Amino acid sequence: MPVRPTVRFTALFTLTALASTSLAACSSGSGSDPDTVKVSFKQSTDNSIKVMDEYLADIKKQFEKANPGKKVELVPIKAPDSEYYTKLQQMLRSPKTAPDLVYEDTFLINSDITSGYLKPIDDYLAGWKDWDQFIDTAKAAAKGEDGKTYGVPDGTDTRGLWFSKDVFAKAGLPADWQPKTWDEVLDAARTIKEKVPGVTPMNVYTGKPAGEAATMQGFEMLLYGTGDGGADPLYDKGSKKWITAGQGFEDSLGFVETVYKEKLGPEVSDALDPNFGTKVRGELLPQGKLGIALDGSWLPQDWLEGSGHEWPEWSKELGLAAMPTQNGQAPGRVSMSGGWTWAIPAKAANPDLAFEFIKTMQTKANAQKWYVANSGISVREDVAKDPSYVDAQPGIEFFTDLVADTHYRPAYPAYPKVSVAVQEAMEGVTTGDKSVEEAARGYDEALKGATGNQVVSK
Amino acid sequence: MTATAPGHAGPEVRKAPASPASGPRSGTVRRSLFRALPVSPAVVLLLLFLAGPIVYCVVIAFTDLQLTGQAQESFVGFDNFTRAFKDEAFLNAVWLTLVFTVLSSLIGQNTLGLALASLMQRASKPVRTLTGGIVVTAWVLPEVVAGFLLYAFFRREGTLNAILDWLHLPSQNWLFTLPILAVSFANVWRGTAFSMLVYSAALNEIPKEVTEAAEVDGASGWRRMWHITLPMIRRSIGTNLMLNTLQTLSVFGLIWVMTRGGPSGKSQTLPLFMYEQAFQNSLIGYGTAVALLLLLIGSLFSVVYLRLLRTEV
Repeated sequence: MPVRPTVRFTALFTLTALASTSLAACSSGSGSDPDTVKVSFKQSTDNSIKVMDEYLADIKKQFEKANPGKKVELVPIKAPDSEYYTKLQQMLRSPKTAPDLVYEDTFLINSDITSGYLKPIDDYLAGWKDWDQFIDTAKAAAKGEDGKTYGVPDGTDTRGLWFSKDVFAKAGLPADWQPKTWDEVLDAARTIKEKVPGVTPMNVYTGKPAGEAATMQGFEMLLYGTGDGGADPLYDKGSKKWITAGQGFEDSLGFVETVYKEKLGPEVSDALDPNFGTKVRGELLPQGKLGIALDGSWLPQDWLEGSGHEWPEWSKELGLAAMPTQNGQAPGRVSMSGGWTWAIPAKAANPDLAFEFIKTMQTKANAQKWYVANSGISVREDVAKDPSYVDAQPGIEFFTDLVADTHYRPAYPAYPKVSVAVQEAMEGVTTGDKSVEEAARGYDEALKGATGNQVVSK
Repeated sequence: MTATAPGHAGPEVRKAPASPASGPRSGTVRRSLFRALPVSPAVVLLLLFLAGPIVYCVVIAFTDLQLTGQAQESFVGFDNFTRAFKDEAFLNAVWLTLVFTVLSSLIGQNTLGLALASLMQRASKPVRTLTGGIVVTAWVLPEVVAGFLLYAFFRREGTLNAILDWLHLPSQNWLFTLPILAVSFANVWRGTAFSMLVYSAALNEIPKEVTEAAEVDGASGWRRMWHITLPMIRRSIGTNLMLNTLQTLSVFGLIWVMTRGGPSGKSQTLPLFMYEQAFQNSLIGYGTAVALLLLLIGSLFSVVYLRLLRTEV
């Protein structure tokens, strides 16, 4: 039996196989090109909405023209908010997958700063004149607990009550409606339920499927309108602890319970459908099937030219009212504000180029273009004063005016988990599985887990 | 559920060569070493891509690793596991997982698969082809597609209610009222084909003489089934139950598309609970610990089947 050739063959075969194995194992990830800036952003789950895609394509063109030899690679992530965050965090964990520039919600930015996913950009900002134009509250939105700044906000938002004038007319309610208390809001919904059959009287986002929309557009719009409007009802800055459910918290849950118990809201099964938000904006409001919507200032971006469900008449058919405080106590109205920022990952391959791209996006003209396209509220003083911005779209003035009485979320690292605890409490009273009292105690328990026992009763 | 790397070279590898003197033993060692060489790339690959992640998983189950909001993770021992057993949502998920598995795999897919297979034994060829075709179609559909189809079937304005309305029967809203039943049904609809194929093959193995003899002796259909058919296909039953259960335990996409585990966690089986903890609450460590517990449940089922049926799978 000739052994030698077999031996040689075996050795050769093994070597080849091992070589290809190690090659396969070590093939590099994305391969970062020093002349390409990779930009990750959240693409709308509604295929017909291309606002951000078009805006970024335009900036890309400007940037590549101004910086010959540099390229921009846009990396859209098409997902609902909560899944977008997850995907992004996974990308940020490794230098192989980290983009150069990411679109970060202020809701999560502190959490990601703590994880060390983002790069402080103070040095860049120091040499950038436009930064002085940004209003202080917006600058604070992207500040970490270490006092450094980690992102450039691209606008903010406020929230209020949208109502269908057509439904109101049928119900015999005034076209210049402005409720003074929660009860007046509920009474209007009851009137609609009674007089306009086949219409959902009111929508308040609720439950885990709606995610942060339930917490912020729903619950916090209520909670921050309880009490004296002074101290933050969720987080105690003095002791750096989270506040357990008190009277205001239970009253807010009571409001949600009333909406769903009295059938003043959508069917519970619809309200707990993860895609319900898309339905509210794309179908219910434009088709006049919803009376009152407690919702954000950005809604019109879904109805602009080229959005797929254009609705140029929205400004004639919808009215706007500020969300009142619980009993009409000062300041009489309430709004929440969030917003998104452009941030540079700690593991970005080309941070300098990424900041150049931010600068291109945030020239006065481009920033203004973006606010208008995205129905955003300006965070730049020069734009806010510009009549062409104020008059660009109906509603801008109304929502920009709300900034005076708006509240920001206590977006500390534990906030996302606290938010889930809020959604669970809301869901409990929405389905009727829990009483307000039970849901509030459930929140207290969940809060301890979410914050590592950093809780305080007030 | 043991995952031994195939092609490990046997105990000889670990022995040091006896002496440089080329005796018959050292020759054997060298030869077996040499024979192990060609499989080494496969072993390296397996260690890298299979064993590596598994070991990593086990390690992070004992840490408080988070996806975000944490500067440094630390070792927390069994905290994640004790936490799970105190967590109502986890216990709810375990219960629902058992309900889902028993309903859709043990009772649904298994029985229906056997029934279809036995009926098809006696059916004419065109009927067989048609039935088999339809059932297998449901099986080859991607999970997400099947999920959407059944979501469209069950939802409030869906096909099922349209049919019920047309028959003047009261409408249903199972996705909301009995979501675990709706997703179990969906899993039966999708997975029965597999059992049917396994049992068809098994029934074809039974010698005709045996059943004919029983028939001549006057045994009724049920008795033939119970005393002859079932004992003869015992091994296939074991194999099928095992595969089915393990598949059903890890169903994620179907439920995710239909209900996302909702409303209020009424259809949140363990894989969905895991996903929520790990990716939505960013508690990777806790989620991984739950994954290991799911693995444990799977192996418990397997042990029970092996014991009950004493088959060598």
